[in-house]
Amino acid sequence: MQFDQLLQYTLSGLSTGAIYALIGIGFSIIYNATGIINFAQGEFVMLGGLLTLSSLELLKLPLWAAIPCSVAFSTLVGILFERLAIRPLKQPTPINLVIITIGGSILIRGLAMLVWGKDTHAIPPFSGDTPIAVGGATILPQHLWILAITVVIIIINKIYFYHTISGKAMRACAYNRRAAGLVGIDVRRMVLFSFIISSAMGAVAGIIVAPLTMTAYDVGVMLGLKGFCAAIIGGMSSGISTVIGGLILGVLESLGAGLISSGYKDAIAFIILLLILFIRPQGLFGKADSERV
Amino acid sequence: MKMKCFSLVCAFTTLLFSSTVFAAAPIKIGALFAVTGPAAFLGEPERNSAKMVIDEINSKGGIKGHKLELVAYDTTGDATKAVQLATKLIKDDKVVAIIGPSTTGETMAVIPVAEKEQIPLISCSAGSKITDPVKKWVFKTAQNDSLAVGKIYEYLQKNKLTTVSILTVSDGFGASGREQLKTQAAKYGITIVSDDTYGPKDTDMTAQLTKIRGTHSQAIICWGTNPGPAVIAKNARQLGIKTPLFMSHGVSSKKFIELAGEAAEGIKLPSGKVVVADMLSASDKQKKSLMAFVKDYQKHYKTEGDHFGGHAWDAVNLIKSAIENGAVTAAAIRDQLEKSRAFAGIGGSFTYSAQDHAGLGKDAFILVEIKNKDWMIVK
Repeated sequence: MQFDQLLQYTLSGLSTGAIYALIGIGFSIIYNATGIINFAQGEFVMLGGLLTLSSLELLKLPLWAAIPCSVAFSTLVGILFERLAIRPLKQPTPINLVIITIGGSILIRGLAMLVWGKDTHAIPPFSGDTPIAVGGATILPQHLWILAITVVIIIINKIYFYHTISGKAMRACAYNRRAAGLVGIDVRRMVLFSFIISSAMGAVAGIIVAPLTMTAYDVGVMLGLKGFCAAIIGGMSSGISTVIGGLILGVLESLGAGLISSGYKDAIAFIILLLILFIRPQGLFGKADSERV
Repeated sequence: MKMKCFSLVCAFTTLLFSSTVFAAAPIKIGALFAVTGPAAFLGEPERNSAKMVIDEINSKGGIKGHKLELVAYDTTGDATKAVQLATKLIKDDKVVAIIGPSTTGETMAVIPVAEKEQIPLISCSAGSKITDPVKKWVFKTAQNDSLAVGKIYEYLQKNKLTTVSILTVSDGFGASGREQLKTQAAKYGITIVSDDTYGPKDTDMTAQLTKIRGTHSQAIICWGTNPGPAVIAKNARQLGIKTPLFMSHGVSSKKFIELAGEAAEGIKLPSGKVVVADMLSASDKQKKSLMAFVKDYQKHYKTEGDHFGGHAWDAVNLIKSAIENGAVTAAAIRDQLEKSRAFAGIGGSFTYSAQDHAGLGKDAFILVEIKNKDWMIVK
């Protein structure tokens, strides 16, 4: 086993892990504001990529304009989803909501299949595809974009949740919905906000990974599941621990594929998911929480 | 009065029924394609092509006065569904032959039904085990994986490349390719130094490729369908791997070049002749069929016809010649199919016999290289 091989596994793992982390944070934001797991999160990743493709090819927009355009449109879909499928619910029990998000994800995927067809599409990388050598290993400029954007999004999240009034209100909802309502926080509006934020983030994730992974109507399924794994490892926190969860997942997958067997790559991810759920349901870094069972 | 009315109605009904009896009844041909789901890239062009050919036959007045009727169902790539739909085609729709299914897994599940009900089945999937051993009622039009593997190995042997790494997708297509790659290696004096797989939905294969880079093999063979191989091509370029990269016929469509972009340059793969139809020499027996198929498909669907659609084109045309030779019942069509000789189709030149229901030789494939975003025939 050479050092540069090991370095390459780690770097590849970190860059895939950053993608998982970004999608994972989307899961945890909605979970914290509403207490539900939004299984449609992966579909926003897909929408981000495919809408960028349409903006580039149909509207002939340059990349820098296509990205905000696609994020805005995905967010609109997120708002519609919350308004039409989540809010009208008479009995918003967690199980009902989770099933609605699964239904929503199938609907969005089906519509995307009709609009964009079943083919896979490629999006040009943001700044070329000349590999960058790091030690004996190589990464692509797009990987740096992914890492950088993940960092920026974490910082913005931190500022929003700890230094703005609506961010604090959302955290209050996460701690105790009823109490938050009693002190005058509009809980329903916070739920809508959480959908806006996470659909926008899902779209951003979908856009920045599309040049590497390519995009298709069904790309959200696997990426969504991996993001969910990352969120579980991170204990459904909307901060740094989900990011670490994603990075751990990515690196373990990559090392597993390289050192053990590539056939077990996905199995490794899901075994980790099961182990965490069995042994530490509060996540790797979370303190045992008696309220959230 | 009442009586008169009744007799009038009777007369009319008799007339109505008798008239339908006299017109030649349409011959019903069943089709099972995975039009949606993970194998949609196979099923959709297949259904399109089958529909196109049958419409064309009917617009020319059918075959000997018989119109053809295509009863096509979508299996969504699900073997259980394929079996149910096959039974439906036979029992309810009373078809005389079935085209499809699109994938090897589905075909293997449908074979017992076709055998039991004695209905000819022309599969559009590639797995060698479909017609090996030969089953009385089962034929196939897709080229065997073994032929594609042979084509690559032949080239490697000629160029004295003896150590290869293989990277196959973990689905039916990849598993079948992997098996062929391993069994045929010794025959061509080739050693497989590393054997890796990847998932059909994986988005990063640098780990596997890093491992392969460490083995210093002389060639890398990747067996999969889009988008995996495009990711692999990009990853290999990222890692600066200079080892010649070979792909399977599963990616011989323009889509692969579009997805892999720059990274596709220099990749070699065995392909059906349809992608290079216009580059073939005029003496090639298949050229006429190929050009017709490409032109028609472009006209009807505004997109390039690929060899997957070609499998269905071949199947319908094989049935067409069987009917032209006087077969109208399932048993007669089967017998006529078995007598097909040197039928120049899209997938190759088909010669079926009692011992061979795959019907193709190694010339069904040509080795192509991707140069300047287009195919070049490797001499």
